[in-house]
Amino acid sequence: MEREKFIIRQISVFSENKPGRLAAIAKALQEEEINILAFSIAEADGFGVVRALVDKPRKAYEKLSGIGFNVAFTDVIAVQMKDIPGGLYEIARILGEGMINIEYCYAYSGKDAAVLILRVDDVDAAISTIMKGGGTLLESSLFQ
Amino acid sequence: MKCWDPRIEEMPRDDIRKLQYRLLKTLVYRLYSFSPFYHDRMRAAGVHPDDIRTLGDIRRLPFMVKNDLRDNYPDRIFVAGQEDLVRYHVSSGTTGKPTVVGYTQNDLNNWTASLARGLSSCGLGRGDVLQVSYGYGLFTGGLGLHYGAERIGTTVLPTSVGNTERQIELMQDLHTTAIACTPSYLLHIGEVAEKMGISIKNDTNLRIGILGAEPWSETMKTRIEEWLGIKAYNIYGTSELSGPMFCECTEQKGFHVWADLAYVEILDPGSGEQLPPGEQGEMVITMLQKEALPMIRFRIGDITSYDDEVCGCGRTHPRVHRISGRVDDMLIIRGINVFPSQIEYALMAIPEVGQHFMIEVDRKGALDDMLVKVEVRKEAFSDKITDLMAIRKNVEHRLRNTLNVAVNVELVDPGSLPRFEGKAKRVIDRRKI
Repeated sequence: MEREKFIIRQISVFSENKPGRLAAIAKALQEEEINILAFSIAEADGFGVVRALVDKPRKAYEKLSGIGFNVAFTDVIAVQMKDIPGGLYEIARILGEGMINIEYCYAYSGKDAAVLILRVDDVDAAISTIMKGGGTLLESSLFQ
Repeated sequence: MKCWDPRIEEMPRDDIRKLQYRLLKTLVYRLYSFSPFYHDRMRAAGVHPDDIRTLGDIRRLPFMVKNDLRDNYPDRIFVAGQEDLVRYHVSSGTTGKPTVVGYTQNDLNNWTASLARGLSSCGLGRGDVLQVSYGYGLFTGGLGLHYGAERIGTTVLPTSVGNTERQIELMQDLHTTAIACTPSYLLHIGEVAEKMGISIKNDTNLRIGILGAEPWSETMKTRIEEWLGIKAYNIYGTSELSGPMFCECTEQKGFHVWADLAYVEILDPGSGEQLPPGEQGEMVITMLQKEALPMIRFRIGDITSYDDEVCGCGRTHPRVHRISGRVDDMLIIRGINVFPSQIEYALMAIPEVGQHFMIEVDRKGALDDMLVKVEVRKEAFSDKITDLMAIRKNVEHRLRNTLNVAVNVELVDPGSLPRFEGKAKRVIDRRKI
């Protein structure tokens, strides 16, 4: 399906909330020469989930699992935003009007544009809605 | 303080021993005839009621342990039919199955009498108001103290546990003179009162604390007495003995074990031989008059010593000193007994977490705080924080249901908890008591 190319595999890593955990994850990725393109940490009481887009997700999954981390793949999408005031609103409005619920998202501001990484309740519907609304989705091949 | 029942409480030693022997003999014949459970136990141990010729022959009788109650859940070792029971109490067992204790009217009468004597011996009576801040309900603490105090004409204020500010208001408004609760809860009450601008010592009539259901030290006793301006008396019991049973007298040199109701032995944990007064060992109690659920040579698991001198108060019954430890890994959290095996059992039923765990116990302020660390299984890991929170909540909920005490749960990385070969040490207890 055409939409498949927009689905990006994010790695999610369970982490206890204590010093050194992020360093352990980052060190493992460095050892495998895996590049982190974007990441965020969601925190709860006593633990957190590290979410990252990496260039070699399968390799990252194997490496982190191998050293004892709980790792899962999660499908996310990336949308290009204009790096100007109102850039986020443009995308958020499209999703809101399309009744797409955002579970979480994080963003980075790159050289060419800003990028919003989204985890939504219905990935297929979100892709259609964004395309219809004139948003620019980034293909997974750009990352992985 | 005056005896509630001087004929018994000041009975000459020889008469007590004769009475104990007569009661033991009757009990053993009764059980051999009517308790299939204990009959088989005696047969297996090669002992017949006729072999009990002196009080010392009690040593020949087989032991009972808490698991005997669990294994015969709910009432298979009761020696009374349900129609003869007037009450049940239920406590948590060592695993998922609780233990049930049944009472005939005589059992309740003896329990009440034991506390009537004990509470009188530390100076309670008519004119006193006893605030019972032990839990009421399936737990034996609340109702036990309640009936004992009413029996001696003390006014009971049945506040049960919790709602501390209200407890303090009522303590002031109704002129509470005595309180029954765990020592740590009394310290908590003291702290909350101070935050409310109330000094227990200066602004209330409180003069006596009947404190137990958890281990506490002489240091803690001194702190409570000096800070709160009261006398703090130790009370002891377990649901298998009926509930809270034995209380210190004003001499504060150990709790009197009423010898017409119970026969106490302190055993060498290694050899199982009876130890003389003053030596530390495992306490074993035989309830001489219980009808519905007789307990013979019950190994409670507490370590202590006893004193057989006639007490300064004039009572002739032996005294048992403060509990100094356990023979097993049982913990007491806010007055509730907790066995690590219960946690293991509860976790086995939750597929999202592994069976490895660690327990960390602290005292936050005056109250116990128990944290259980569990590993999230690979298959259960979800990217969604809400899913992980739900797993944690579920574990907390199940543990609470099994243990009857609130527990905090922390999710940790798989494989990060220590693995044990042989005897597991899953408890880190940082409380200073």
